[in-house]
Amino acid sequence: MHRPCPDNAGMATRSGYWGTQDFYEGAREMGTVAPGIAAWGLVTGIAMVKSGMSVPLACFMSLLVFSGSAQLAALPLMAAGAPLWLILATAFCVNLRFVIFSAAWRPYFGHVGLLKRLRYGFFTADLNYVMFMRRYPEPRPQPGQQAYFWGGVGLNWLSWQVPSLLGIALGEGIPEHWALSFAGTLALLGLTCSLLTGTGTVVAAAVAGCAAVAAYALPLKLNILVAIAAAVAAGLLIDHASTKPPQPAPDAT
Amino acid sequence: MQTYNNLQGVAVVVGLFAVTLFTRCFFLLPKRELPIPPWLSQGLRYAPLGALVAVVVPEVVMTQGRLSPSLLDARIVAAAVGAAWYFWRRGILGTIVSGMGTLWLLRFGLGW
Repeated sequence: MHRPCPDNAGMATRSGYWGTQDFYEGAREMGTVAPGIAAWGLVTGIAMVKSGMSVPLACFMSLLVFSGSAQLAALPLMAAGAPLWLILATAFCVNLRFVIFSAAWRPYFGHVGLLKRLRYGFFTADLNYVMFMRRYPEPRPQPGQQAYFWGGVGLNWLSWQVPSLLGIALGEGIPEHWALSFAGTLALLGLTCSLLTGTGTVVAAAVAGCAAVAAYALPLKLNILVAIAAAVAAGLLIDHASTKPPQPAPDAT
Repeated sequence: MQTYNNLQGVAVVVGLFAVTLFTRCFFLLPKRELPIPPWLSQGLRYAPLGALVAVVVPEVVMTQGRLSPSLLDARIVAAAVGAAWYFWRRGILGTIVSGMGTLWLLRFGLGW
């Protein structure tokens, strides 16, 4: 049906995306949530040094792992001297949502080379996923997508890493009762609101919210997976119910 | 991190990097096209919403693993103000600013 078009806009190099309209658009849309990302990065940086990690190791972790939730989950385990396999298993479970996301990325970026796919995978944080799927709901490659992707990813990376490194440097300099991490929650809240476009999404969000709270006691943030499953099931049900039943064939006799 | 020396710490970080890369690339890794049934790819459209809600809702309505006993909680009110701002002005930046403003006003101004 649709020929997988190899991104005619700028297949050659990543630098070819720089400064294009789509690149700028991706960065601009990410800019609306950047303060929330930054607050979260800062809090994560502080948490790393507070857990007793040395400054160089914390910087190394921030730059290499680049996954706030996995880092935060690993910190108490590292501090307690838990075995390596347990730390990695925990990070895997916390990151399971990325496995689901990667299935959704496949139709867009499955056609590029392996190294490039790895690069796409490494840099895609949660918000890149949400923004991208909001802009390109149709799962097929289109011109400009890769430029849009790298614009958003670039700004997300900067607005996470710079405050994260700053937080590592500041250490305990920022009082906890400022509740800076709540700015991250508010950024996600705004993004959630922007996805509420009709009955299906509103119902899916309500069901997922209840599921996330009900399953909160599960270990390893598995309530996130429960909520994703609930949202998908509820959304499909609503979609199914709202499509008109086929008209009965006129009686021939 | 008294129990991990620097070298072991580096090993943990490299392991976390590998696990994160593996999960983020999971379905991007195979060379062959994967058969994803149409209903599933349609349903996946709701996955980002589910993930967002799963993080936001407990952060707002729960305190130490329990539902907040009252709706007059600083975070609940701040989130309500932020959401109201969004639907009024359609801006995420304003959601963050108005929400944090409300939170700090209630915490530091009124001592909630």
